[in-house]
Amino acid sequence: MKLELYNLSMYEIKKKIEKKEIKAVEVLESTLKRIESVEDKVQSYLTLTKDIAFCKANEIDKRIANNEAIGELGGIPMAIKDNICTEEILTTCASKMLHNFVPPYSATVYEKLLMEDGVMLGKTNMDEFAMGSSTESSFHKKTRNPWDISKVPGGSSGGSASAVAAGEAFFALGSDTGGSIRQPAAFCGVVGLKPTYGLVSRYGLVAMANSLDHIGPITKDVTDCALVLNAIIGYDSKDGTSIKRDKIDYLKTLNGEIKGLRIAIPREYFDENLSEPVRKALIEAIQVFENLGAVCEEVSLPNTKYAMAVYYIISQTEVSLALARFDGIRYGHRALNYRNIEELVKYTRSEGFGPEVKTRIVLGTHWLSGDNYKEYYQKANEVRKLIRLDFNNIFSNYDVVLTPTSATAAFELGSSQEKSLARQKIDKYTVAANLAGIPAISIPCGFDKGLPIGMQLMGKNFDEETLLRVARAFERNTSLDHKPSL
Amino acid sequence: MSIRTIIGLEIHVELSTKSKIFCSCSTDFGSTANSQCCPICIGMPGSLPTLNKKVVDYAVKAGLALNCNIARESNMDRKNYFYPDLVKGYQITQYDQPLCKNGFLEIGQGKNIKKIGIKRIHIEEDTGKSLHTNQDVTLLDYNRSGVPLIEIVTEPDLSSAEETKEFLESLRDILKYIGISDVKMEEGSLRCDVNINVANENGKSFSNITELKNLNSFKSVVKAIEFEENRHRLLLQEDKNTSKETRRWDDIANITISMRSKETEYDYRYFLEPDIMNIALSEDEINKIKETLPELPRDKRERWATIFKLPEYDINILTSFLELANFFEETMAYYNSPKKLSNWIMTELLRRLKEEEMDINQLIFTPKDLAELLDLIDKGVINNSIGKKVFMEMFNGEGKPKIIAEKNGWIQIEDIKVIDEVLRGILRENPHSVNDYRNGKDRAFGYLVGQSMKALKGKGNPQLINKVLKKLLEE
Repeated sequence: MKLELYNLSMYEIKKKIEKKEIKAVEVLESTLKRIESVEDKVQSYLTLTKDIAFCKANEIDKRIANNEAIGELGGIPMAIKDNICTEEILTTCASKMLHNFVPPYSATVYEKLLMEDGVMLGKTNMDEFAMGSSTESSFHKKTRNPWDISKVPGGSSGGSASAVAAGEAFFALGSDTGGSIRQPAAFCGVVGLKPTYGLVSRYGLVAMANSLDHIGPITKDVTDCALVLNAIIGYDSKDGTSIKRDKIDYLKTLNGEIKGLRIAIPREYFDENLSEPVRKALIEAIQVFENLGAVCEEVSLPNTKYAMAVYYIISQTEVSLALARFDGIRYGHRALNYRNIEELVKYTRSEGFGPEVKTRIVLGTHWLSGDNYKEYYQKANEVRKLIRLDFNNIFSNYDVVLTPTSATAAFELGSSQEKSLARQKIDKYTVAANLAGIPAISIPCGFDKGLPIGMQLMGKNFDEETLLRVARAFERNTSLDHKPSL
Repeated sequence: MSIRTIIGLEIHVELSTKSKIFCSCSTDFGSTANSQCCPICIGMPGSLPTLNKKVVDYAVKAGLALNCNIARESNMDRKNYFYPDLVKGYQITQYDQPLCKNGFLEIGQGKNIKKIGIKRIHIEEDTGKSLHTNQDVTLLDYNRSGVPLIEIVTEPDLSSAEETKEFLESLRDILKYIGISDVKMEEGSLRCDVNINVANENGKSFSNITELKNLNSFKSVVKAIEFEENRHRLLLQEDKNTSKETRRWDDIANITISMRSKETEYDYRYFLEPDIMNIALSEDEINKIKETLPELPRDKRERWATIFKLPEYDINILTSFLELANFFEETMAYYNSPKKLSNWIMTELLRRLKEEEMDINQLIFTPKDLAELLDLIDKGVINNSIGKKVFMEMFNGEGKPKIIAEKNGWIQIEDIKVIDEVLRGILRENPHSVNDYRNGKDRAFGYLVGQSMKALKGKGNPQLINKVLKKLLEE
């Protein structure tokens, strides 16, 4: 098999461009050709921005020819989830409500990527307003898993994960409210990171649940992940929850030893829901870490059992408010026939939102109404604190927590629609990190009948450094090197 | 049966920060519709609020001036309701943890001092504005969306329209003094809702609370309260209680009109605003804000009454705004006759400012200049009417009073020989008047004084002229 450019990691591409071995335009052309040949099957993209991409790639080549400096992501084709605002590029959140929304501003992360000279390929498909675990709630199209197109890519950042896995982009940004980066990364056999809350600016991310939303990279490997993270972190005065801290170069410590490092294995994450192949893959992974000199010990995170309930109450509550601004008055979809403002808002919302979104708005409204506020919302917040405390306790003794990312590998398209409860269990292992705000990464750790399995590593607040180093150590010492055969 | 009236107020005050509460857009009043908006003001998807620290400082300042406890830690909440000029579908406000709590404001004098409790002061964002045209079209202006507000909620301690007016005036003066708002009711920067009901003295029977909205002047506050007071008393006497309701004041018909029943009040579903981190205030920060507080109007009036011994009327005018009070005090540092200065400020200075539509801090001359002018008059260097001319020149930026007087040759003529000579001439020219005077017609004396002043080009010392003229006429 001829190794096409689109197959390389962004780190390799970056070196080749810098050494003038290849041109940015060649990389772009290779990627676009790949998109042309597989997009029909995979359906990762909602919007392609070829003109913008060529413009940027040409500019970079010119600068390299003139021996001018280029950014850290110079010439690397990238994709952005469609709930991250991109100036003058359609940003729909895969919803009818925003089918015509072209933001007059860019998310801070997008600006940062452009500043590092990333080449913008387009916007990726997702679950409507990031609600779902399979990218099937998108208003526009259903994305498929590149490893098996009868399977879902995961969600809600399914389009971003499938684009990277299928070689349609070197990296993509996703958003993660309860696992929406990590779970599709696991299903598609790529690396997905949810950084610490406050490390990456949320300005320009169309909110699903503000206190749980994160933006993070989806990449082919851990090194690429560190490279993208380097580009998107940093304090942002436009985000009131953004944290001021010294900038770290995550590439620097990436390949360090992990000897003596302490890894906690919480027993609550290895329950009866876990499929046998996933359990097996993780046990083998733990073996790899032990062989590298890390200390792996079983621990307990006792409040894990409440995480799902707490997650649903808090996220739906916040959803019910975050989506209140879509009224058809200033932007987005507007109903055609109405007699007064009340009808305008009512019909706009009833036409604009899909069933999954409506369900969550109704539930969220319910959690806040009357006495339910105390009964559910306040209680959920108290338990959220306990879950944080659980993690604090563990991290006083351990460096990282190792768990599965998802109970199973990717499931059949259409199957989640019938079994809503089963689908909710899919998020079971990922939501706690969002409730606690701690960083978590999913990396490939094996296969189940040809479908990738993901391992999740969670770390201390703002200790992405250790998290990436552990993930990279695993990657270096295993060989899961095959690619989907599309 | 004696019936007492119970009144509590909810007052919204627009803060005079330069930028809005959650973004850097301008808060200027009266700009072209939708010219002061950004993605945050109009609630665009992905936009996030970031709290303007000045707003917190201003609210704390108000809290300190109104004797409140300042919360060391508080947070913002979301208040949910649908309205086309509410861009996010919720308002960011403070619910269970306001910045300031349990304060008071004193009204009345001497033995009749009354403490009116301030229940809470919290910060929040303003909404946009809907404009309904006569073609049945609704237009929306979002310039006001995100303008910072404080809401001041009083205890139901007020018991008459008169007291309410005094309270509001006093509150307005304080807020203006501490420089956090221009408190203009007609521009909507001070908005007052009144909660009112009546109870008989034993408190066993009472009318249901009415909320009065759309009161856009102190006058309408007073009239609306008086109207409601009467209505409630009649209801109570006839035992015809109404339900809790919100009413609006009709300025033309002079009546209140029911808007909606208070029982249909929305469920606002308050909850914690996740996009803004908790507001933490250190002792240090609070103390720093405390240091910026000026002397408040009430304290100033008391002090002035003691040290300047001015009439209450003068004091009330001179302390009506801080810049004027400061100007008076600064001038007094160079001058020692408070009443004379007060007269000059109340007549000459304020009239001139009003004519020129000027602000006192746009004055070209300094308090020291004014003191020097009054000093020149006191010492007889110029007389009072020349003094007014000099004042006009000073106002127009012509320089120091002494130099103005000298340059224009306005220095008073004190030389008795010169005056004697001029007056003798006048008497020679007006034998009739001299005769009239000697025949007991006093009016003739005034005429001769006038002629003499004219001959001296207004510069003669009036006392000296009087003295010399009398002497000459008796010769």
